[in-house]
Amino acid sequence: MNTLELLELLEDNARLTPEEIAVMLQADVGEVRRAIKELEQNKTILKYMTLVNWEKAGEEKVSALIEVRITPQRDVGFDGVARRICRFPEVRSVRLMSGAYDLAVFIEGRTMREVSHFVATKLATIEGVISTTTHFVLKTYKQDGVIIEDTEEDRRLMVSP
Amino acid sequence: MNRTWCERINPVVRDMPPSGIRRFFDMVAETKGVISLGVGEPDFVTPWHIREACIYSLEKGYTMYTSNSGLLELRCAIARDLAETYGVTYDPRSEILVTVGVSQGLDLALRALVCPGDEVLIPEPSYVSYAPTVTLAGGKVVSLPTGMEQGFCLRAHQVEAAITPRTKLLLLCYPNNPTGAVLDRKTLLEIAEVAVAHDLIVISDEIYDRLTYDGQHTCLASLPGMKERTVLLNGFSKSYAMTGWRVGYACGHGDFIAAMTKIHQYTMLCAPITAQMAALEALKNGRAGMERMVREYNRRRHLVLHAFRDMGLPCFEPKGAFYAFPEIRVTGLTSEEFAETLLQEEKVAVVPGNAFGASGEGFVRCSYAASLEDLGEAMRRMAQMVRRRGVKPRVISTTHRPIPAREAGVSVAGSVCS
Ligand SMILES: Cc1ncc(COP(=O)(O)O)c(C=O)c1O
Repeated sequence: MNTLELLELLEDNARLTPEEIAVMLQADVGEVRRAIKELEQNKTILKYMTLVNWEKAGEEKVSALIEVRITPQRDVGFDGVARRICRFPEVRSVRLMSGAYDLAVFIEGRTMREVSHFVATKLATIEGVISTTTHFVLKTYKQDGVIIEDTEEDRRLMVSP
Repeated sequence: MNRTWCERINPVVRDMPPSGIRRFFDMVAETKGVISLGVGEPDFVTPWHIREACIYSLEKGYTMYTSNSGLLELRCAIARDLAETYGVTYDPRSEILVTVGVSQGLDLALRALVCPGDEVLIPEPSYVSYAPTVTLAGGKVVSLPTGMEQGFCLRAHQVEAAITPRTKLLLLCYPNNPTGAVLDRKTLLEIAEVAVAHDLIVISDEIYDRLTYDGQHTCLASLPGMKERTVLLNGFSKSYAMTGWRVGYACGHGDFIAAMTKIHQYTMLCAPITAQMAALEALKNGRAGMERMVREYNRRRHLVLHAFRDMGLPCFEPKGAFYAFPEIRVTGLTSEEFAETLLQEEKVAVVPGNAFGASGEGFVRCSYAASLEDLGEAMRRMAQMVRRRGVKPRVISTTHRPIPAREAGVSVAGSVCS
């Protein structure tokens, strides 16, 4: 069985059952189960999640991209500060970037106040953080490969040769 | 229709039966909430980079005729693609013609080659356009029936047995629509030997060549002695999900291509330039997207085969295209009855096998160019209908849980490639 193809399937739809996957990949169900278990244990599969359109659910959320410049530390470089930033539950993602700043930090909160407060009191005050620049998200068009309001539908004729 | 007007219509056209698919199409169109497995085209939308390249070409003002043969750059890209994939070399200046789909390539080849009364051998079940286009070109269709027991593969001895002094052409289509059959190299070599021995010309419609699931396709023209006597037809409709663009190509001996180009220049001028621009982009950068689609088709193929076996319908394993051709005789229904019952009782559309010729009777064509959600739901409904006809499921299904369905029939196309 091709593990990459298994992962490709699960990344697209985590609700596929081992039975369905076994049919599609022409593998034994037990083998699929074992492979998934192993991928979970060795943290290749980190988590199964649902991509939610919160706006549709009537939930207001505010998110922001924070550009963070930091001073690398002896021995650990950028990792020490980055790992500290990761710990906050408000932080959705942290990435080390090339270019004008070091870390791209995505924050999610209920209000702009809450997010700015978090940046000012928690993020900017961490030792090693030189500066932060906050960009609030106005609208999301595409997330994790999914176009939010996709108007492309099946327009084929019902029967064709 | 006014009787006298009707009498003035060319009898060849007047007496031509309407396509069996057309009749069924009207029935499906009247029913609401149908999941259709009757579609002979990819459910993917053309990959975005190809669409984008076309938009860019429009912005740059590429809105004019091209040379009759098509953009030279496109013909060169086609030649390179065929050389790299199959090792067949065509001269882009004299041996390649860009056409308005394989449909036009087929029409041109037949009109250029068929003399009144010439016999054209066509393996059956066959793509619905073959027999009518042969008739329109003045030829006589000679069907070579193939069955499930031979895996819907044409055998060389069948070709040999059908040859008469009037036989001029053999029209091949592998991977096959509607059966999904492919011909292995050995069988093709045997058929090629017969073609050479009897000096036949072969029109090879290889439009599904990239959609194979069990080893690579063998291009007929790559076999010894075959390039000169083969008119190779191919296009972008299926491999690159570009059906609506209307672009394809024909390759063959310079004399054949020159003859076809003569008809083409008077009846069509050239293939649309925007489509040619898009085709060029597909050849340059489309491989990864195409391979992704093929992997997806293959997984769906396994899914439907498994489902047919579970519900007790014998189905030969299709090795190419995106069709499965299960046998439905166990239900006691004819192909048309089966398709109509399935549509009425379960709102699933499939195409009755007899639309592809008499030897398709007893089968239906199911296209798996549909989303996993729709396929799962369609298989579940079909299983119910089959069970009501007293067919015993072969095993207790392990995949009866439908994949969480979106609203039936409104699958979102292009979820993989866009
Ligand atoms: C076997 C076969 N040949 C030709 C065609 C038509 O192809 P095109 O879109 O290139 O005209 C089809 C389309 O269904 C087909 O199945």
